[in-house]
Amino acid sequence: MLEGLLTGLATAFTFTNIMMVVGGCLIGTFIGMLPGLGPMSIIAIMIPVAITIGDPSAALILLAGVYYGAVFGGSTSSILINAPGVASTVATSFDGYPLARKGQAGKALTVAAISSFAGGTIGAVLLMVFAPALASVALLFHSSEYFALMVVGLSAIAAFAGTGQVGKALLMTFLGLMMATVGEGVLFNMPRFTMGVMDLQSGFGFITLAMAMFALPEAIFLVLDPARSKTGDGSDGGKIKNLRITKDEARKITPVIGRQSLQGFFIGVLPGAGATIASFLGYAVERNIANKEEQEEFGKGSVKGIAAPESANNAACTGSFVPLLTLGIPGSGTTAILLGALIALNVSPGPRLMVDEPQIFWAVIISMYLGNLVLLILNLPLIPYIAKVLAVPRNYLIPFILFFTLMGAYIGQNNATELLLLVGFGICATLFRFADYPLAPLLIGFILGPLLENNFSRAMQLYDGVGFIWERPMTLGLLILAVVLVVLPGYRARRARLRAEGVADGD
Amino acid sequence: MALDRWLALVILLICLAYGYAAYFTMDALLPPIMQRSPIWPSSFPKVLAIGGILLSLSILLGLEKSPDKKDAADINLSRLHEYKVGQAVLLLGLMVAYALLLRPLGFLTSTFLFLTVGSYILGERRYVMMIVVAAIAAGTVWYLVDVVLGIFLSPFPSFLIGG
Repeated sequence: MLEGLLTGLATAFTFTNIMMVVGGCLIGTFIGMLPGLGPMSIIAIMIPVAITIGDPSAALILLAGVYYGAVFGGSTSSILINAPGVASTVATSFDGYPLARKGQAGKALTVAAISSFAGGTIGAVLLMVFAPALASVALLFHSSEYFALMVVGLSAIAAFAGTGQVGKALLMTFLGLMMATVGEGVLFNMPRFTMGVMDLQSGFGFITLAMAMFALPEAIFLVLDPARSKTGDGSDGGKIKNLRITKDEARKITPVIGRQSLQGFFIGVLPGAGATIASFLGYAVERNIANKEEQEEFGKGSVKGIAAPESANNAACTGSFVPLLTLGIPGSGTTAILLGALIALNVSPGPRLMVDEPQIFWAVIISMYLGNLVLLILNLPLIPYIAKVLAVPRNYLIPFILFFTLMGAYIGQNNATELLLLVGFGICATLFRFADYPLAPLLIGFILGPLLENNFSRAMQLYDGVGFIWERPMTLGLLILAVVLVVLPGYRARRARLRAEGVADGD
Repeated sequence: MALDRWLALVILLICLAYGYAAYFTMDALLPPIMQRSPIWPSSFPKVLAIGGILLSLSILLGLEKSPDKKDAADINLSRLHEYKVGQAVLLLGLMVAYALLLRPLGFLTSTFLFLTVGSYILGERRYVMMIVVAAIAAGTVWYLVDVVLGIFLSPFPSFLIGG
């Protein structure tokens, strides 16, 4: 591990890579603060830039920096104007905004920044310990286990993404997998489902799809509902004077940060759970275990109520890198986009990554420490100035968001058909959002599709048929787990409903 | 019928077409040498088609009860009449126009037009401000993408540079 760390240090501490961290965090914070652009959209916009850099370590460092920056920016806007730019910072606004209303915005921001820093750093330490261990186990896996593992990942994502609507989430996953089969795959050397359209030969662009699924519907909603784009007048920025917290408050939040960093990390590792669930759960747990008088404070500006979701969501962000870097399986929409970026950079994440290209893995970990440090010492003091971005009127903001989604899709593929696809898919995605279909499973299915088919085909060839499913106990076990994950929520919901109707009061 | 079931119907039709292609047309193109392989290009799509058809049917027939969650702050179809649908449609149209005009007009002109018309649609009427912002933005983005990142973006109309 020490050797790996040194490799990582050597890679990360070059001038370019430090600039990548600093630049990524700044850009992420800036854009993450704006309503309507979450980390997924920001990363998708930055991918063409990252690909142009060419060096995979630098590119991944930049994207990871953008990711933490965006999460941090999201918590800033939750605290200052009660408008979380990101779902994972909604819980931060419960106590952050009331505290800011009391004129203590600076304190709220400091607590958030320290908790994020601690959560991210503790997460990075855990990642450093657990990822190599998991990867060494994963090296024993064959293609049939990979196939099964991906099925588990996809079903976990579907089970978590659509609370009570697993069917819809699964359907979206299938739709994503089907879209992934369009074009000339690497496997068979023949075009499939292109309907004779030349521009579809290479399949749909994943950046186009990411933009269409996340950035565009969000922008359309901002247009549809002006009340959604609360942007404030930027004057709040001037009020952030005193960034200090008292010793007493520091003592209060320390155990919270410790607990929630651990809990958040492990939630983040699970596919499909991620930062949003970690932050809500962290908030709820801390409220429940707090003593009576502190419990009263929750929701009215408790520092514990800010520390809990902030350390949890940052630790979870870091945790979500574990399955990505060791198994090559993304657990969330954001890591799915990062996986797409890695594939575009000719890096195949998976257990071999740590053996073949250790410098990428370790550089990312070092960049996590650096990124958290940058957010704490550089971004926090700059917040009053960065907050001015909240004053950009929506008449200018929205055309720019739309323009950036167009640019992201165009630069990636360099053809105008891609832009028409973007608009078409964007309209579909908006309709899906209206009808409560979750979109992350579609994108994750799309990105995992080729890998899934690849491993499935290899296992089929090896065993000359589907025999691998029952001949390899591990594969069978994983596939059964996948079925349980999908069936269980529906079964429990049914039981709960029946019980509510008084039918099944037997237990 | 609620929107989610209409969408399930559309997805069902897509899955049927996809399944038809996978089961009945794809294998005809398969070279004989590949027919001995246990996996064909159509194998995986066949599985997907079945799954997609079953899942979309289950939603279409309402086998899964959707929980009644209505978060007032969230986007909601029942408030459609309050929404600015016209603006959204115009902006989407503007994006299509941008896609079609990007090559013929060149990056600088089409981006400038996109940004000015976009803020006009949203109700901005400070023309000088609009024009200045759009011009600076178009120029800066072109400089960053083309010169700094080195990704070619044809800046001028095609008739000026002969292609």
